[in-house]
Amino acid sequence: MTEKDFLCLTPFLIIATAPVVIMIVISLLRNYKVVFGFSVLSLLAAFSSIFFILPSVPHTIEPLFIIDVYSLFFLGIIIISALLVTLLSYDYIKQLEGVREEYYIVLFTSTLGAALLAVANHFVLFFLGIETLSISLYIFIAFQRSKSNSIEAGIKYLILASVSSAFLLFGMALIYTAFGTMQFGAIVAALGTGGQLSPLVISGFGMMMVGIGFKLALVPFHMWTPDVYQGAPAPVSAFVATVSKGAVMAILIRFFFNLRGFDNHYLFIAISGIAILSMFVGNILAIRQKNIKRLLGYSSIANMGYLIIILLTGSNRGIQASIFYLISYFFTTIGAFGVITLLSTTEYEAEKIEDFKGLFWKRPWIAIVFTLSLLSLAGIPVTAGFIAKFYVIFEGMKAGLMVLIISMIINSVIGLYYYLRIITTLFSTASDTKLPELSLSGNITLAIVGISILILGVYPGWLIDIIVKYVSL
Amino acid sequence: MILIYLIVILLAGAFLAWITGKRNPVLPRIISLVALSIDLIIIILYVLQSTPSDKDWLIDIKLDWIPQFGISLHLALDGLSLVMLILTFFLGIISVIISWKEIGSKVGFFHFNLLLILAGIIGVFLSLDLFLFYFFWELMLVPMYFLIGIWGHEKRTAASNKFFLYTQASGLLMFIAIITLYFVHGRSTGLYTFDYLQLLGTEMPSSTAFLIMLGFLAAFLVKLPVVPLHNWLPDAHTEAPTAGSLILAALLLKTGAYGLLRFIVPLFPSASLSFAPFGMLLGVIGILYGAKLAFAQTDLKRLVAYTSVSHMGFVILGVFSFNEIAYQGVVIQMIAHGISTGALFILVGQLYERIHTRDINKMGGLWEKAPVMGAIGLVFSMASLGLPGLGNFIGELLILIGAFKANILMSCLASLGLIAATIYSLRIVQKVFLGNKNTDWKMNDLTLREKAVSALLVISILWLGLFPQPVLNTAKPALLKTLIKQKEITYQNPAGAKNKTPGEKVLTVDL
Repeated sequence: MTEKDFLCLTPFLIIATAPVVIMIVISLLRNYKVVFGFSVLSLLAAFSSIFFILPSVPHTIEPLFIIDVYSLFFLGIIIISALLVTLLSYDYIKQLEGVREEYYIVLFTSTLGAALLAVANHFVLFFLGIETLSISLYIFIAFQRSKSNSIEAGIKYLILASVSSAFLLFGMALIYTAFGTMQFGAIVAALGTGGQLSPLVISGFGMMMVGIGFKLALVPFHMWTPDVYQGAPAPVSAFVATVSKGAVMAILIRFFFNLRGFDNHYLFIAISGIAILSMFVGNILAIRQKNIKRLLGYSSIANMGYLIIILLTGSNRGIQASIFYLISYFFTTIGAFGVITLLSTTEYEAEKIEDFKGLFWKRPWIAIVFTLSLLSLAGIPVTAGFIAKFYVIFEGMKAGLMVLIISMIINSVIGLYYYLRIITTLFSTASDTKLPELSLSGNITLAIVGISILILGVYPGWLIDIIVKYVSL
Repeated sequence: MILIYLIVILLAGAFLAWITGKRNPVLPRIISLVALSIDLIIIILYVLQSTPSDKDWLIDIKLDWIPQFGISLHLALDGLSLVMLILTFFLGIISVIISWKEIGSKVGFFHFNLLLILAGIIGVFLSLDLFLFYFFWELMLVPMYFLIGIWGHEKRTAASNKFFLYTQASGLLMFIAIITLYFVHGRSTGLYTFDYLQLLGTEMPSSTAFLIMLGFLAAFLVKLPVVPLHNWLPDAHTEAPTAGSLILAALLLKTGAYGLLRFIVPLFPSASLSFAPFGMLLGVIGILYGAKLAFAQTDLKRLVAYTSVSHMGFVILGVFSFNEIAYQGVVIQMIAHGISTGALFILVGQLYERIHTRDINKMGGLWEKAPVMGAIGLVFSMASLGLPGLGNFIGELLILIGAFKANILMSCLASLGLIAATIYSLRIVQKVFLGNKNTDWKMNDLTLREKAVSALLVISILWLGLFPQPVLNTAKPALLKTLIKQKEITYQNPAGAKNKTPGEKVLTVDL
């Protein structure tokens, strides 16, 4: 390994070292605040190191890594989301009895897994990343050991994720059998020569799609989502919805675009079908939910449905749209789960819609951020979600994907219906439930999220500029 | 820059009102009044010091917003938007004054929403960038939703949801149409932009134009509203607080009419001509059906809401007549309807404050108790039925004359609406102020504040009825500009156009 290789891997080294350091610190001295502070600093360091390696990209570390601006962008998004989740978790985890510091170890390992996916250029790293992520998530989801919900969600995720990993692995094996290589570039080269795909390769891709579809919670592989979202501690749900999905999306886009999957008729139809199904199933099932975490789970299914439209545009502008969409979706989702987190205590998780009754009159500040997040999910102007949806619709229409865009429009209206229901509750007459006090870190997170949603909604030009200028595959 | 200031002043006022509302319930009211008055004064000063010119746009400002997509912050003022702007500020001030006593809780947030809606509305009236237009179009929705949902009457939640879903769904159709238009224009000229002035005269196949136009129409016809799509209106109007009903009826509906004039007609000259017979038919159906339903209501507020449907029918009829005289009528009708229906809603609000019912059967004989209120009610009922001397008469007459030239049958049917209007308007006077006392209410007459508001409204409707020329002159260049394309088409191909307008020669009635 050369010096440059090391330089380019700095963010990963930081994220990988941090949990080890935390472990050592815990064994010497158990102090929640120290561990928390160290985690925040490490994530900040990892994030700022991205800027140092910017000049030396694109750089390939044979055969596993490819570090280009695209991957750095995703890396940045992943780290920022992890940071926001960390800030959110402070109070929530602090209240837990017994082990608390270990939470941050798991947070780092899962972030590491997610980060690896952003730079993977090889099936081995792809699989390593996904497994690191998943295994950390089992622990993460079941972190509240005293709650049966949490354990149930963890076990559910464990079983289903293992099955999906098996599919993924088998798919990779089939493709390896066909081409004798596991590197993305080499696979693309091997594919490029032949006209018809052999059944072996098609079933290989199909199996991989099952695995990836599971991680992204696309219909029909979405069954785990509501239960896991509901059972997991609220900040962990936020993590699953953002970091884990974003990372898988990163590798899916890279893989799909390298393969030019949108040119393949069958893949095109399959993805369209999955997208339309995800939108409709996600939104329609969300309508009847009384539990906000479940509702957000279904809404995330629909959102991933919107997002994979981008795969079919087959252009760099499409990729850029997807990055903007993900950034806005991350802020929005963290905002929504953040509010749930901050209003929950160890004894009581504020997850029913009634728990939010009249929140605006009691805690205007939290309610505003929540309203902004919901409006952003619904795609109403002044919020990031509006520009993001516009961007996707725009690129989709440019590529002529009218059927998909029209189902996206129909679904926006369906979605609006249930988001409005929550907003109405926020502004209805207050009930007299006790609400926990807000901490500094919680306030900071909400402020960051709320302001970002507004800025991206009103003045998105600069971010689009950056994305368009630097990101391409 | 003046146009941006107008919006910024309202936005700043909105936030200030919200912040101060927590400490002192009077401050938000004063702040809102001040912000709206400043805006009104700015625009009136502008009118006074500006000299008449032949320019298409009196003020035109264009800044980059999201240049990557060809989106700009393009605001411009012409006669039509000027008239609408003055109406907006005037009624904005009125709506603050009438809420003085009615809104007792969460005052700061109420005025925040109120000013935000008004900012959205003037944004709609000023935008010359289609993306920006959609942005403002949606921006008015959320605060209106809160206004109905928080300060409304019993069934407010359902009403506000219905309002939001209807308008949002139709708005999204318009959004798709806007983006389609953007690509159609971009592909044919290579210039990708949302700028209205560039998109004017986009060459496209007539079927494409028709489809895109339908997208725009969906949004405007729901807002207006046109009869099969009017379902949200009675609920929203009835459940909203008085200021909300006033703004909905007097201003929000006008954004639909404005959209027809500003976008449908100039952007799709031939497509809108081919839609004209349906458009006029929809107008006539709206006039008659709205009047019929208005007559059938026992809830006074709902009754007034349905008269809006009927009156806006005239607007659609006028827009799809495609001649100057009808367009003049449309402008007058928009303003007159804003004032007269607004005044009726205020009256209903005042009654409700006093006797806590809107049921027409429980009223009766109120003239004795409140003669001033009765007189005001009479004036605006007369305005609503189109009595000469009051604004609505001018509007409806001009529209009917214009429509007569375009389509005699439709015009005749529409004029039946005047009779229907007489029936429901007289019913208001009869059932509420005259007739038997069904319940012996204890109530006071109007207070000084209420009298002042009513006097202002009466003066404006009289002025509009007796001396409409300044308004007509102001709006005329803008209306002529709107019709240019239509004339070209009817010139070239008088038989090909399905509209029965027999070319230019009848369009000579000068005003």
